[in-house]
Amino acid sequence: MDVDMGDFLPLVGVWSKPVKNEVEKGAIRKFAQAIGDGNPLYHDEEAATKSRYGRLVAPPTFSRTFDYGQIPHLVLPVAGLIHGEQSYVFHRPILAGDVLYASQGLVDVKERSGKLGRMIILVFSYKVENEAGDLVQTSTSTVIYRPEGDNRHD
Amino acid sequence: MTEGMRFAVGDRLAPLTKPPVTRTQLVMYSGASGDFNPIHTVESFAQEAGLGGVIAHGMLTMAFVGQMLTDLLGECGELETFGIRFIDMVRPDDIITCEGIVTEVEEDADGQIVACDIWAKKTPSGEKVVQGTARFRTFR
Repeated sequence: MDVDMGDFLPLVGVWSKPVKNEVEKGAIRKFAQAIGDGNPLYHDEEAATKSRYGRLVAPPTFSRTFDYGQIPHLVLPVAGLIHGEQSYVFHRPILAGDVLYASQGLVDVKERSGKLGRMIILVFSYKVENEAGDLVQTSTSTVIYRPEGDNRHD
Repeated sequence: MTEGMRFAVGDRLAPLTKPPVTRTQLVMYSGASGDFNPIHTVESFAQEAGLGGVIAHGMLTMAFVGQMLTDLLGECGELETFGIRFIDMVRPDDIITCEGIVTEVEEDADGQIVACDIWAKKTPSGEKVVQGTARFRTFR
């Protein structure tokens, strides 16, 4: 697949339509189990009820599981993508039973040339809001694509 | 955690050493996260992609660092920001240790706002696999 900056530049600033995500207890427990985190706030409803959260809590990176919708016309190469950076700003905790709306946008594209050849750097933003429209979490993900490079992934 | 947890610049965060990463864990994380890229689970695919075998999801390692922070804070604090750069690949059998050090402390009426450098490294080689920063607040 031949990909260059020109494929992405027109999509900078384009966002997906927000998608409804319901935060399920089972999904929190499965995620916590997969990362090997036995924190009672993620697993034990009684402990969570007694906590200041009142309900099962999602681990910090749980929002990775959400459906953020499709950025219209964005086609990513299937191989050669490397996850370069990931960051979160937490505004409100994510709790079991929350109904949240998640969307993603392409916010920047850069091209760099280095020892390892040409790199296209894509920056995606992710937004999670609650039903009242309050911001719950924002995150940013930097993905590096090497058109001529090897296929190392994150 | 006890009430009134306090931090000072230069404090080391309590480190977290995770059990060795397993292939089963990568399958579980794929299922739980919805990231089914076969480089994490299918050995022949990862070999053909030139990776020399399956590699862990970068976000799994980030979750380990997240656990170090939430274990530290318990209910006495809350994470405000958390960001990392992925430096090196993690593979099955790797043992990951997460660490951090306090870089800035600000006091306010509710408690402290604490900034720290955080990272994860392979044990025992010490090679860093992720490096970043986090900020959290603590409650009095």
